Amino acid sequence: MLKQITRALLSRPVTIDGPAAGDAALKELAGKVDALAQKRLGRSLAIRAIDAGSCNGCELEIHALNNPIYDLERFGIRFVASPRHADVLLVTGPVSLNMQEALLRTIAATPAPRFVVAAGDCACTGGLFAGSYACAGALESIVPVDLRIAGCPPTPLQLLEGLLALLAASAGKMPARP
Amino acid sequence: MTTLLIFVAQLLLPVAAAPLLTGFVRKIKARLLGRRGPPLLQPYRDLARLLRKEPILADNASWLFRGAPYGAFAAIWLAMTAIPTVATTTSPGLGLDLIAIAGLLGLARILIALAGMDVGTSFGGIGASREMTIGALAEPALFVAIIALAIIANSTALPDMSRAMSEGVGLRVSLALALGAIVMVAIAETGRIPVDNPATHLELTMVHEAMVLEYSGRHLAMIELGAMLKLVLYLSLIASIFAPWGLAHGGGAGDLGAALGLWLTKLAAGGFVLAVFETAIAKMRVFRYPEFLGAALLFGILGVVFLYISQHLK
Repeated sequence: MLKQITRALLSRPVTIDGPAAGDAALKELAGKVDALAQKRLGRSLAIRAIDAGSCNGCELEIHALNNPIYDLERFGIRFVASPRHADVLLVTGPVSLNMQEALLRTIAATPAPRFVVAAGDCACTGGLFAGSYACAGALESIVPVDLRIAGCPPTPLQLLEGLLALLAASAGKMPARP
Repeated sequence: MTTLLIFVAQLLLPVAAAPLLTGFVRKIKARLLGRRGPPLLQPYRDLARLLRKEPILADNASWLFRGAPYGAFAAIWLAMTAIPTVATTTSPGLGLDLIAIAGLLGLARILIALAGMDVGTSFGGIGASREMTIGALAEPALFVAIIALAIIANSTALPDMSRAMSEGVGLRVSLALALGAIVMVAIAETGRIPVDNPATHLELTMVHEAMVLEYSGRHLAMIELGAMLKLVLYLSLIASIFAPWGLAHGGGAGDLGAALGLWLTKLAAGGFVLAVFETAIAKMRVFRYPEFLGAALLFGILGVVFLYISQHLK
C-alpha cells in the first residue's frame, strides 16, 4: 500500500496534454459574441449531462472525460449531480418524445446564465433517427443551442475541444477573429 | 489593540484559507489517482462562479430554505472563532468552549437538514434523515471525548486546553483514545469517505450532497464555503488539542508569524493524510455507520474510565 502511494505521488500523471479549443466550436461561438457577453462565469464550469433518448454511445465517451487520461477536472470543468448546480447542459440523443418534457423542465431548473450544448450527431441533427415518429427532432428546433459538438459518437478529444472553447467564452477570452 | 488584531485575524484567516485547503486535498487525491487534478485555486473560482449566477427557488420554498445557508454558515463561522489557530487568545468575551462548538455545529446541521426537507423532494428527505442519524451517533461520541479531555486539562475552553496540553500532561492512554474518537467523529461530520463521499454523483449514496441538491447560486456558495470551513474547523480543533506546538501565547509579532506558518503546515499535513486515507479505503454501507461511530463512542468512554480509575489508584 505504502509503495503504491509513494509511486503514485512520485511518478508523472498519465494525463495527456489537452487539445487547444476546437476551431469549429470557436467559430460557432464567435458568431454569438453578444449573447455570450452576458454569460461570463470565469474559468469554472459545472456540467449536467442530460440523456434525451441517446443510445449511450455518447455517454460512454463523455464518461471517458473523467478518467486519468483526459482528466476534465484539471481545466476547472466538472460534472455535478443536479441541474440547480450546473452551468452547462450537455444534451445527447435525438430528443425522443418521451424525454422532451423532462429535457425542458431540466433546462428551466438550471439557473441563468447557462449554456446548452448539443453533443453528438443525434442531438445536432437527429442523426440516424432524424424524421422518426418517436423523436421531436434536433435539439436546436426545441431550445436555443449555444454549441454543437458533432460526431457519432464524438471522441473524448472532440468533446474536450468543444468544452474548452466554451470555457474560453465563459472566461471572456475568445481569440479575436477577422 | 493586539488582542483585537489577533481576533480579527483568527476570524478572517480560516475563511480565506478554507477553499485553498479543499483545493489542496482535491489536488493530492487527483495525483494519487494518476491525474493532474484541478489548480489549487479552483475552489475560489467555483465560489466566484456561483456568486455570478441567479439563485433559483422552488415554488414551495419557505423562508427557512432561503435563510438556512446563511444561518448554517454563521454558526460554523462562530464556532471557528472559538478555536485557537494562531494564538491562544480567542473570541474575547464570548466564552465559547468545546461544548458550545459542538452545539453550534449541531445547529448548522439541523438548519441544513430542515432546508433539505423544506421543498419536499425525496432526495432532500433521504439526505436529512441520514445526516440526523450520523449526528445522533456522532454527537454523544464527541461529548464523551470532550469529557475525557476536560478531565485532563481541567477546562472545556479550547485556549486553556491548548495551554495545558503544551505545558505537558505526559503520555496518556486516554489522550490517544480521545484522539481516535475525535478523528472518527470529524470524518463523519465533515462528510468524508468512508461515511460520505464529497465527490459522488449517485443520489442514493449521498448524505450531505442530497440535502443541498435544490440549492443554486449564492445560497449554494454559502453552503459550499461552510462545508470547506468545517473541514478547517475540525483540523484546527484536532491540531489545537493534540499538536498545540507553536501557538502564540502572547502578542509578539515573531511568535505570531511562526504560529501562522505552523498552523498552515498542520492544515496541509492534515489534508495530505485525509487525501491518502480517502484514496486508500472505500465508502461504507449506510447500515454500518452505527458500528463506526459506536467505536468512536467506545473509545471516548474507555478514555474517561481509564482516567477515572487512574485518579483513584494514586
